[in-house]
Amino acid sequence: MTERIVIVGGGTGGSVLANDLADRLEPELDAGDVEVTLINDGPDHVYKPVWLYVPFGQREPADGRRALDELVDDAVELRIDRVTDIDTESQRLTFHGNAPTVGYDHLVLATGSTLEPDQIPGLAEGGHDYYSESGATALRDELLEFTEGDLVLSVIGTPHMCPAAPLEFVFMADDWFRERGLREDVDITYTYPIQRVHGNPHIAEWARPIMEERDIEVETFFNAESVDPEAETITSMEGTELDYDLLVSIPPHGGVDLIEEAGLGDDGWVDVDKHTLEAEAAENVYALGDTADTGVPNAGSVAHYQAGVVGQRLASEVRDRPATATYDGKTLCFIETGMDAASFVEFDYERPPSPAPPSEKLHWSKLAYNEAYWLTARGLL
Amino acid sequence: MTDIEPDATVDARGAACPGPLMDLIGKIRGAESGDVIRLLSDTDQSLTDVPEWTEEAGNELLAVEEGDDHNAFYVEKA
Repeated sequence: MTERIVIVGGGTGGSVLANDLADRLEPELDAGDVEVTLINDGPDHVYKPVWLYVPFGQREPADGRRALDELVDDAVELRIDRVTDIDTESQRLTFHGNAPTVGYDHLVLATGSTLEPDQIPGLAEGGHDYYSESGATALRDELLEFTEGDLVLSVIGTPHMCPAAPLEFVFMADDWFRERGLREDVDITYTYPIQRVHGNPHIAEWARPIMEERDIEVETFFNAESVDPEAETITSMEGTELDYDLLVSIPPHGGVDLIEEAGLGDDGWVDVDKHTLEAEAAENVYALGDTADTGVPNAGSVAHYQAGVVGQRLASEVRDRPATATYDGKTLCFIETGMDAASFVEFDYERPPSPAPPSEKLHWSKLAYNEAYWLTARGLL
Repeated sequence: MTDIEPDATVDARGAACPGPLMDLIGKIRGAESGDVIRLLSDTDQSLTDVPEWTEEAGNELLAVEEGDDHNAFYVEKA
């Protein structure tokens, strides 16, 4: 019998895992003992970190897109389709339309995050974002024309993708307006849901003095409740109202509905053992990246490291050996602190982050990694 | 021990980032006025974070049960 491994989601986690398995299980794939299928609901792989640069006119959305069939090893069967149901009892997936169901022996869910701006009345009409291609290009059109007024960045969704990106955006905007001699005409305000400027206290402690130095206003304990696009105001659950001329938000995020429908976890996030990444509510199911509710940031580096762990564990299972690989919470992020400088953090479940002093070298390292990322997606780096 | 019956529980034990308070806020956001949410947290920081936020947001912290390895916070949405 051929053992079937099915991966749902062709983002960073799914693509890295598919290529990892193609390499790791090469003998079994060649012999027809194992088949690996990667299912994605579109033909392209999207590298989302590119979007941070789009509003500043520095990158194009196309820079973050590549066809999955160019990135994924030929030994992996690529299926462009939408999964509509997961039955973890019979171990079968149902697809959009009348396509036959597909069975699995091992399932990996890497379906990622989706944006849910409609959770906040008025946000879709009044706010902009750089967490989607369409959002980033619409924001670019506004930002390039923006020369004076109140720019408000509001972190609404938590958890959200790339926890450093809101800080990066305001640091970059500050520098960008300064370089163009416009900073005195632009007020920048950053809002955050809790009493710090970042969820992680170590990063918050590092970022707050930089924000003060750069004259970036901060509103903490600000949980957006509604946006009035006519009056150009955003109001929080805590009763604070802010005027804006340009509102940039990190919208509420959610996972895909089929995870909750399958009883694997709330809000589209799969409840997992945070070390083995095995789903708690079903056998033979793993989750990784944003989809796995581990408490670590929703970041590409996390998905990348977790894919290596799941790849090792699946190879062990296929070979009837005990699976011993575990995820230690490793996370790695570059944090832009302006248009020409960046910091860097690396941390895990046990070791907290300690941001490196910002430097031009780290900024170029970040840009270089963004190019080298395509090697990561191919499973080479 | 309290005899408060929560409408929902948020188990944030082990949550490192963004942390238990963020999880609580997320649950409160979707709750109805008058609902009681129970937050389980093993971070000591919640003992200061949660009361600060509930006061700021006008919600009521009904009770805190301090345990050996985690604390339980009962918050009623205003």
